[in-house]
Amino acid sequence: MRILVVEDDLEAQRYLVNGLKEAGHVVDDAADGETGLTLALSRPYDVAIIDRMLPKMDGLKVVADMREHSNVTPVLFLSALSEVDDRVKGLKAGGDDYLTKPYAFVELLARIEALMRRRSPQAVKTRLQVGDLELDLLTRTAQRGGAAIDLQPREFRLLEYLMRHASQVVTRTMLLESVWEYHFDPQTNVIDVHISRLRAKIDKGFDTALLHTVRGAGYMIRAARV
Amino acid sequence: MPPESETPAAKWLRSDDATFRPRVFRTQAYRIVFVYVAVFAVSVAALLAFTYWNTKRALDSQTDQVIEGEIAELNAQYLQLGLRGLADLIATRSSHGGPGLYLLANSFQQRIVGNLDSWPRTLEHPGNFVEFDYKRRTENQIETRRARGRVFPLAGGFYLLIAQDVHERYLTERLFTTTLPWTVGLVLVLGLAGGGLMARNMLRRLDQINRTSAEIIGGDLTRRVPIGPSHDEFDALAENLNTMLDRIERLMKGVREVADSVAHDLRTPLNRLRNRLETTLRHIGPGSEQAGEIEAAVAETDQLITTFNALLLIAEADAGVARGKMSMIDLAPVVEDVAELYEPLAEEKGVTLKLSPAGSTVIEGNRSLISQALANLVDNAIKYTPQGGRVTVTALETPDGAELRVADSGQGIPEAERARVVERFVRLDASRSAPGTGLGLSLVAAVARLHDARLVLEDNKPGLRAVMRFPRPSPRAKSAPPRGRNESAAAAS
Repeated sequence: MRILVVEDDLEAQRYLVNGLKEAGHVVDDAADGETGLTLALSRPYDVAIIDRMLPKMDGLKVVADMREHSNVTPVLFLSALSEVDDRVKGLKAGGDDYLTKPYAFVELLARIEALMRRRSPQAVKTRLQVGDLELDLLTRTAQRGGAAIDLQPREFRLLEYLMRHASQVVTRTMLLESVWEYHFDPQTNVIDVHISRLRAKIDKGFDTALLHTVRGAGYMIRAARV
Repeated sequence: MPPESETPAAKWLRSDDATFRPRVFRTQAYRIVFVYVAVFAVSVAALLAFTYWNTKRALDSQTDQVIEGEIAELNAQYLQLGLRGLADLIATRSSHGGPGLYLLANSFQQRIVGNLDSWPRTLEHPGNFVEFDYKRRTENQIETRRARGRVFPLAGGFYLLIAQDVHERYLTERLFTTTLPWTVGLVLVLGLAGGGLMARNMLRRLDQINRTSAEIIGGDLTRRVPIGPSHDEFDALAENLNTMLDRIERLMKGVREVADSVAHDLRTPLNRLRNRLETTLRHIGPGSEQAGEIEAAVAETDQLITTFNALLLIAEADAGVARGKMSMIDLAPVVEDVAELYEPLAEEKGVTLKLSPAGSTVIEGNRSLISQALANLVDNAIKYTPQGGRVTVTALETPDGAELRVADSGQGIPEAERARVVERFVRLDASRSAPGTGLGLSLVAAVARLHDARLVLEDNKPGLRAVMRFPRPSPRAKSAPPRGRNESAAAAS
């Protein structure tokens, strides 16, 4: 995957670029807004990681210009700005996701993978399937191996999100943001409890587990053999 | 509405329409008018009464002198000419038809001669000057008139009554005493009306200032007090206030900028620190002893970041940054969502998390911050409730406004401690010594302050009940009454 990194803090940039390369991506970098915009418009990228505050051209302006040129590359904003209204501003300007510094690298990696997945055109799905687990989005029902699973509405949304990102790491923050629409960290990790409940419903009594904990990162749902 | 949950400005505005009557007595302007008019009316009455009594005394003493003169003269005649001579003289004087009134009577007060028909009943004893009524025959009418005179005992047991007709003066006096209350009444009415108008005018100007202040307290720092064209003291006050507001706005902006740059300056090194630790961890690979140490360091860093973020959020809430992002929100779904988020955690701990059914409870607020504050309260409640206990979350509408309640059956906090705990978390510095738990409540308190709500910790018997009391959504914040400005426009034209 080709990734564009626009970050003026050179150390953070080096770290990002190295990390992404280690994760197997092809990375271009720019240290200011203008160079970043030129690169974004001249080459195809699967995802762009753009700092909010950049020299020469503000991150918001870079994305707004990209969108004006009909460039639809998914953009993840990185920002040291406080969240309360900056997040909204970033998403309004055309950003697809927003991550506040300091962040965990696994969080960033999980998010850009989710963004890249979003980009590849998906047929409007009415069914999601992972292994023998099936989710019917129209009837809002789930079954595994032909046996119906009784899910609470929120459990359904949680499972749906996990299955839409099957075989990808999904972090707790991502779940909290997209399933609960909360943008804060609860003091206790309540997500873990929700996951273990869900796990009890979909994995208990089956030989192969589908819902996995990714140590230090989050969760992943995947079929036994990938 | 409990006084503690209401700003003075809000109270002022609230009293504007609904309870005008008490306000008339409560406002300084009206009070001044009342006192001033009362003092003025009393002064007018006193002045008039003084003039009245003085004039009357002067006139009386004039009359009395004339009477004394006649008495002396007639007495001299009596001593010289005897009773007959006096009777003749009196008969002559009586027939003149002037203001003089005479009556010579024997010791039984029976008339001998004079132009008074009978001895006035009120005049039984000789001595001082007195006023009395007498009857006078004119053509074919008998009229009662007023006279003032004195009885003089003559030697030989006769009585001589000498008086002057003072009827015209008496009528004038009467006129005066009957019109006095009316005059004072008129003074009162005119004074009150004029003073009321002046007070209203003054209050209108003050109301403009108060309304603007209330809006500014409500978070709209861009509002300014309208300045009239007259350059009077109110305009001077308004100008001063506006200058002050400009300065405050500049300072607030400065504080925000500083907070933003501090945030940036701290976040960047924290970011690098975490990055380096993570890179090192990747290179070492998991499992080794060093990796464990570095993982612990990453966890410490994350704790630092969490605390830092909480501090920033509290600072932001206190700076009123989110005031502009308030909307009308229903607390019921907010409570449901948070309860739903924590329900599995409670179940895992063996605590019953109960959601009290509530109707829609609408407040003006920031959903995200209220959710977070509520989450902190529920988190704490579950943390401090032993197995088998229960935590109840409620949103309810009270006559005083909306309330969010999180009650647990844990150990609670002793009453003395409770006050201290709330006190302590009012100031950020005091709670710094205990991060984690401390900042959780601090944030709740900051969110409460942002919403003009009060955070109260109460005894749940047993356990603790944390209550956030929100004030009633005020119409002012959404649709600021345009009255103030219209009035100033009217006053300006």
